[in-house]
Amino acid sequence: MAQKFLVQVIIENKPYINDPEGETIHRDLVVKGGYSQVKSVRAAKMLKMTVNANSEKDAEKTVQKLCEELRIFNPVVSNCTVKASKA
Amino acid sequence: MKIGIAVFPGSNCDRDVHHVLNNVVGLQADFIWHTKDRISGYDAMIIPGGFAFGDRLRAGIIAAHSPIVQEVKRLAKDGMPVLGICNGFQILVESGLLPGALLMNDSLRFVCRWTKVKVQNNHTPFTQAFSKREEFNIPVAHGEGRYVATPDIVKDLKKKNQVVLQYSHDDPNGSTDLIAAICNEQGNVMGMMPHPERASESIISASGSGEAIGIFRSLASFLEQRAVA
Repeated sequence: MAQKFLVQVIIENKPYINDPEGETIHRDLVVKGGYSQVKSVRAAKMLKMTVNANSEKDAEKTVQKLCEELRIFNPVVSNCTVKASKA
Repeated sequence: MKIGIAVFPGSNCDRDVHHVLNNVVGLQADFIWHTKDRISGYDAMIIPGGFAFGDRLRAGIIAAHSPIVQEVKRLAKDGMPVLGICNGFQILVESGLLPGALLMNDSLRFVCRWTKVKVQNNHTPFTQAFSKREEFNIPVAHGEGRYVATPDIVKDLKKKNQVVLQYSHDDPNGSTDLIAAICNEQGNVMGMMPHPERASESIISASGSGEAIGIFRSLASFLEQRAVA
C-alpha cells in the first residue's frame, strides 16, 4: 500500500573541488566565533521531495533514478545522496 | 548565411548578439524561441548569455532540457557550428555537449569587468580569424563561471587541443588552468564565459578596438569557406 515518504536529496561537490562557500563559513564565522574544534565546513544543496511509494527503499530508488535521469546533479562535479523517512 | 539565436525566458544578451551579427558582421541572424523542436535552414546556432529560467537549481540545467537544446544536440552531431556564450556555455555543459561544470566563482561574487584572453586553439569555426596565442580584450559578467572538471577530463582537453581560450592577465573566477573557453572533440561546439558581443565595436570597448569581433568574423569566414568547398 502506497504511503507518503519524505525524501531528502543532498547534492554536494566532490572532494577534489574547492568549496569557497564552506571555507568562508568556516573561516569567517565558525573559527572567528570561537569554535576552533570545528575543522571544516562543506556547503551543499538539499532538496526535499514528498513521494508516494510502498516502502522507504522504493521511495529512495525512484528519487535516485530521477536524479540521474534528469541530471538533478552534475555527475562530473557532484555526488548525490538520497535518504527517505516516513512523512 | 543564416544564424539562429536561441532565446529562453531570462536570456538577456540575445539582442546584442543579433545586433552584432546583423549590423556589424553582416550575417543574417534570427531569434528562435526555446519551444521550437525542429530547426531548418540555419548554418549555425548561438546560445546567448543571460539567466535562462532564472538559473533555477543551477545555471543552465532547466534550459538543457528544453526542446530547442535537444534539436541543437542533433544538429551539433551533424557538424553544425554551435557557440554558447556565458549562460550559453553553462547550457552546453549541462546538456552534455561539452564536458565539465561551471561552478560559483571562487570569490563568491558576481564578477563584471574587462579582462583579457589568449587564443590557444585557432582552428575552430569561432577562432580561425585570430592567430595562435593572440590576446584580446573582452568583458566577463557571471556568478557561476569557475570551470571545473575531473583531472582526467582536463588532461584530455589539453591533449586534444580543446582549451580554446585562457584568461591571460588575471583570474576572474578560479577556473581550472584559467580556462575561459573549450570546444568539443570535433571542434564545432564551443562554449565561452566572456562576452564577445559586448566587445565587437570600438565605441563600447575598453581598449577602443572591438577586437572580440574576431569570434563572429571567424564564424562568417568559416561558413563562407564551407559554402565554397
